[in-house]
Amino acid sequence: MLEYTSISELVQEAEKRNIRISELVLEDQALSMEKTSLEVYEQMELSFHIMMDSVKEGMKKDQRSTSGLTGGEGFLMNEYAGKGEGLSGIFMTKAIARALAVAGCNASMGKIVAAPTAGSCGILPGCLVSLYEDRGFKEDDIIMSMFTAGAFGMVIAQKASIAGAQGGCQAECGSAAAMAAGALVELMGGTPSQCADACAMAISSQMGLVCDPVAGLVEIPCIKRNVSGLAIAFSSADMALAGISSKIPVDECIDAMREVGEALPASLKETAGGGLATTPTGRKLRDQVFGSKGV
Amino acid sequence: MNVFDIIGPVMIGPSSSHTAGAVRLGRVVNKLIDERTLKKVEITLSGSFAQTYKGHGTDKALLAGIMGYKSYSPEIRNALEIADERGIEYSFNKENISGAHPNTARIHYYLDDGSDGVMQGASIGGGNILVNQINGMTVEFNGDNNTILVMHEDKPGVIASVTNLMHWEHEDLNISNFRLSRLHKGGEAIMTIEIDNPPPDSLVDDIRGIDHVINAILIRRV
Repeated sequence: MLEYTSISELVQEAEKRNIRISELVLEDQALSMEKTSLEVYEQMELSFHIMMDSVKEGMKKDQRSTSGLTGGEGFLMNEYAGKGEGLSGIFMTKAIARALAVAGCNASMGKIVAAPTAGSCGILPGCLVSLYEDRGFKEDDIIMSMFTAGAFGMVIAQKASIAGAQGGCQAECGSAAAMAAGALVELMGGTPSQCADACAMAISSQMGLVCDPVAGLVEIPCIKRNVSGLAIAFSSADMALAGISSKIPVDECIDAMREVGEALPASLKETAGGGLATTPTGRKLRDQVFGSKGV
Repeated sequence: MNVFDIIGPVMIGPSSSHTAGAVRLGRVVNKLIDERTLKKVEITLSGSFAQTYKGHGTDKALLAGIMGYKSYSPEIRNALEIADERGIEYSFNKENISGAHPNTARIHYYLDDGSDGVMQGASIGGGNILVNQINGMTVEFNGDNNTILVMHEDKPGVIASVTNLMHWEHEDLNISNFRLSRLHKGGEAIMTIEIDNPPPDSLVDDIRGIDHVINAILIRRV
């Protein structure tokens, strides 16, 4: 069985056997979970369907967060995307709308799939639902690619962290973007080592990103950081597919991410003690939701 | 860890620690209550739970879990209304529980048969929980496994009797974690026994029949 402590090991094994990383991971996970490959695949299929439902839910015009601080971002972006005048093109603007929608669905107590966390749940569906709905990719290929994303996430979780409280936002949105980048490359027909390169470049692009949620809530800036994560996933995947490699190998990028996460002060790791959370407006918004008295 | 710990869990937002983990803490109380009828809960929130519970729906999540809903149940959103309909009284208080994990809740439940109980636990990240106290005694389990709590008198041989019974009568039961705590020497003590496989229904009754055992409860994985 696989250990998931090194992405390069996954790449080598897949390339040796001339299969996709996702095929290797599905086979291994079925073995370790004592289930059939079909059962494990079907569980992932269910997750993809929930992701599509979250997109729809978060696109609604009246979507509002429980705190009242955010809402309607997915709707606004989708309207804008529909006009076809977006600077980053119709495909990207629609993908951005989907990431906003899923993150907004989460903030309004909707049903989501944590990927890898609730705070970063918009990135993977933003990427994958866009390839499915707007680029004609087959559903079973999309679902398979989620095993590659999941495997990369498992390595990051074991070697570094996927929790904002431990590693900052690089551990949440950073990991999500790195996972999505790998999945996108595999879907586009890239090699396993190109998947790893995309993952490495996505991690490098968000190295050091802090977790500074206003009022401690998974809303500001989390919802919009799902969009930056999505953009980095696409750009990292495109670079890898163009033949650009990461100069720092992916496993070393993950080690660096852990070190940087450890070096970040506690105030910038999900405690709402710094960054945007303690700006004058950040404090005002906190008081607006919770009143000025703490415990 | 498996791939669905990363692509998952499927949950009601917005926070794995403040919402999904809170539901699971509530579910531990649901298992303690078992089939009996709940009348009232007093929920004490500490640390970050106390400061941000409204924005994260932690109050709804805890109450939903106590009523038996899961972290992906849409009913979480309407948990307060559902509790009202079921005639369950509830209150939320803020208090700094000294030395506790930042996301700690203490749930005092009252049943219609006049009995009550207290559970204290923490949501430690990613939807994972750690139960710290039951009825004032220290325990330590995370709800991922089937857990048996055995309340007993602190007398020599009780642990051996319980584990022997588990092994001889149900030989495929494997203990994955064991912890003992007691109030004082010779006083009341509690064993926390986590097991890999689902236990047979008769096990808890059998354990209750052992000398010096006061009570035994099975908490199936939450």
